[in-house]
Amino acid sequence: MDDRAHLVRAAAIWVALAIVADLIVGFLVAPHMPPGNFSNTASDQTHINNVLALIMTPIGVGVITFLVYALVRFRQPPGPLQDGPPVRGHRNLQVGWVGVTASIVIVLAVLGTIELVQAPDSSAGAGAGGGQGPSPISRPSGNPLVVQVIAQQWQFTYRFPQYGGVETFSLALPVGRTVEFNVTSIDVIHSFWAYQLGVKADAVPGANNIAYTTPKKVGLFQIRCAELCGLWHGWMAAKGHVLSRAGWARWIAHERIANAPATHYLPPYAKVYYPAPLERGG
Amino acid sequence: MSAMETPATAPAPAGTGRSGLLTFNLLWGLVGLVAGYAIGLWIGHRMGSRFDWTADIDYNDIAVLLGYALGTLGYLGGLGLLNHPIARLFGRSARDVAPRTGWARYAQASTDHKVIGNQYLIGIGVFFFIGGVNAMLIRTELLRPATPTFSPGQYLTIVGLHGSMMIMMVSSIILGPFGHYFVPLMIGSKRMAFPRLEALSFWILPLSGLILTTTIAYGGFPTGWTGYPTLASQADIGMDGYLFSFALVGVGMILNALNMLVTVFNHRAPGMTWARLPIFVWSMLTTSVLMLLGPPMLLAAAFMEVLDRTSGTAFFSSSTGGSPFLWENLFWFFGHPEVYILALPGFGIVLEILPVFARKPLWGYRLAVSGMLGVTLLSFMVWQHHLFVSGINSSLRPFYMLTTELISVPTGFIFLVGIATLWRARIRYTVPMLFALAFFVNFLIGGLSGVYLSDVPSDVTLHGSFFVMAHFHYTIMGGLVFAFFAGIYYWLPKMAGVELNETLGKIHFWTAFIFFNSTFLPLFAVGMMGMPRRTATYAPHLQFLNDWVSVSAFLLGGSMLVFLGNFVWSLVVSRVPAPANPWMARSLEWQLPTPVPVGNFDGPVRILAGPYEYGDPTAPPVMELGHAVVPSAGD
Repeated sequence: MDDRAHLVRAAAIWVALAIVADLIVGFLVAPHMPPGNFSNTASDQTHINNVLALIMTPIGVGVITFLVYALVRFRQPPGPLQDGPPVRGHRNLQVGWVGVTASIVIVLAVLGTIELVQAPDSSAGAGAGGGQGPSPISRPSGNPLVVQVIAQQWQFTYRFPQYGGVETFSLALPVGRTVEFNVTSIDVIHSFWAYQLGVKADAVPGANNIAYTTPKKVGLFQIRCAELCGLWHGWMAAKGHVLSRAGWARWIAHERIANAPATHYLPPYAKVYYPAPLERGG
Repeated sequence: MSAMETPATAPAPAGTGRSGLLTFNLLWGLVGLVAGYAIGLWIGHRMGSRFDWTADIDYNDIAVLLGYALGTLGYLGGLGLLNHPIARLFGRSARDVAPRTGWARYAQASTDHKVIGNQYLIGIGVFFFIGGVNAMLIRTELLRPATPTFSPGQYLTIVGLHGSMMIMMVSSIILGPFGHYFVPLMIGSKRMAFPRLEALSFWILPLSGLILTTTIAYGGFPTGWTGYPTLASQADIGMDGYLFSFALVGVGMILNALNMLVTVFNHRAPGMTWARLPIFVWSMLTTSVLMLLGPPMLLAAAFMEVLDRTSGTAFFSSSTGGSPFLWENLFWFFGHPEVYILALPGFGIVLEILPVFARKPLWGYRLAVSGMLGVTLLSFMVWQHHLFVSGINSSLRPFYMLTTELISVPTGFIFLVGIATLWRARIRYTVPMLFALAFFVNFLIGGLSGVYLSDVPSDVTLHGSFFVMAHFHYTIMGGLVFAFFAGIYYWLPKMAGVELNETLGKIHFWTAFIFFNSTFLPLFAVGMMGMPRRTATYAPHLQFLNDWVSVSAFLLGGSMLVFLGNFVWSLVVSRVPAPANPWMARSLEWQLPTPVPVGNFDGPVRILAGPYEYGDPTAPPVMELGHAVVPSAGD
């Protein structure tokens, strides 16, 4: 069997396996791809996860196929030690490989960039739910609901500046309305991770970190701290709710009344808060 | 090349050192360490009690850090590493500390690169073991979703120690033992360029590992290996140990890198052109570039944090004008090259081993070299992908997404070179070859999962989750550690003069490969399903996967014990002497007798051909010596 026949045969195996693998990924894995479709940003991430899986599965299958083919077919025969042919390279293959891999990479980067900054009115979220800092490069249109997330060891609290600056201990959001999270911290670095919403933004003391999302369904979502923040980091978790519009209006009205005495003593709403300098031993 | 003009007696005449307890050795180093620490602590308490930010608390960072600093001086003095600098101050020269032969030199500051290679092997092996035990403890905690086994403080200590042991102490796991032992042999040199510096850079390592380990006694450090402020500013004195030990490791890396660069540039034998340089030496060279340029950032950052903690400066405190982002930037500007410090030596070993067992020349030598150089260059341009959701410079995210994904192009070269070398080869399935082949499978999974993390929208969910954890364990454990095992099975016959048991080696390989994948593959799913890193608790529906992972991890730990057993059995009990060239390899180090003579080459060397000319009947032998190699007595 000459060199070309080996290559053709391995390539045929690759193509067959890659088609099967991509069919499996596309029809069996993709419908269950995390993080799901609970919000527009989560859908956005699920979409790019699927695209990446469909592109990279054939690449991975290809490498494995050629590797295993070589390992099976090109073994040292028994008897005295034999040498292989002294092939030192192949100019066109090398140039082609550089060109193809570079093209794939650039396509991936372009896809990711489009997904990241795409117009927010479409199904894609602004900034894909990631923390964008104080001046986001991609903003949704309209007037979002502003929710300030204040992280501290070891819980999150939430302030609603459009509703009298009330501070709540639990988080509820109205379905179908774009939310602007303003994430900050008053002690160490935390990270606000609302898993089903597809939102993650580091909470850095002295900095405001903005992330957008629009919940698509009514239900529960998990909130966890995703940056090591000290002793009880593992316990810094909570549940959030997405409520109907009417249900949310009742919730915020109730919170305003229930927290009114405390709201009176809060500092005025600000993007960041500077508490007293840190004490040791937290 | 200048190497052969150097007098053979440098840096010291053979046999000048002394052994025995009453000379400079590790024992006196430890005595100096304790004495220096006590003096530093005393001075620090005298100084620190005058300042209001240390006087009113029951511990004192100034005292602890001064203790570490003076302890380091005492330790180096006790080992005799300060003899030469002090003597030079008075215009004299000092005798070398360690003798050239005998067991005692392993506990002394030897200037023989082969002794230092073996010292590294044992030293780093100890830290790898400690880090591995910590991993077992982490997986024990994660057997249950909410009921803690350890207290939260203990758990964070374990997590921090595992990370720092594995990333910092074990970072030279290939450059330390194999780089120091084999780079001079592979380039036809009698020694490294700066043998005393080499001894210093080794002996710094056990000291920093010791300081890091003893932070357990001070309550550990809560930050993991990344040491983010302001948690680091808030932490107890265990944090000082972390900062000091990391700074020491950084110094060791810089010294190591300088030594390696100068050696490869200036000590190549005549005929060892750049195009004939073994690919392993190229990987050591590129790693050294990273180790020279990255750690100064770490040193600067560690120094700032030390000042924040001891002198009330505010580099990282936002309420007084600093910013935690400063640390994040400085740390990852070092930290990302650091992960390639861990990856490149693996590329080098694997590509070095493939031609030997494929019996074919390395396919695309120049492509492999340019791949390593490309990774070296790009690794300094990607660090903000660790900060995609941190809220810093969000408009730069597309740029860092592009550079991060571009790095897969030079990495892809390594795969092409590897597979094309195997194509139409005559493959021998020895234990080192098995580990080298597993490297490709593991690194492929690590690399492909890295594309998800480099893609910002995808990274929003995966950032800080177990997905990241699985990804870098695939590249570091599946890449670097598998390459290390390939290296040790390949080179130990030369380093120790004995063969490792092959059956145990194959058992070790198959259990390691299966249980490694069984441990880390499910963690991709766990991370995608929303489990953050470094937590002691998780959602109950993830318990089955976590238990599966824990059991696999324990079995992986058992596989490492098989290796340890094989290592001890082969080195201590059975001691089957290895032939000089058991693998029929062409490269320079295998042309020397075992054990390698003290001066390596007993005469001038001339390199006639590259090391990978398998299957070419016209290729000349790889080197010629001025006269025959004569094993020197008593080694």
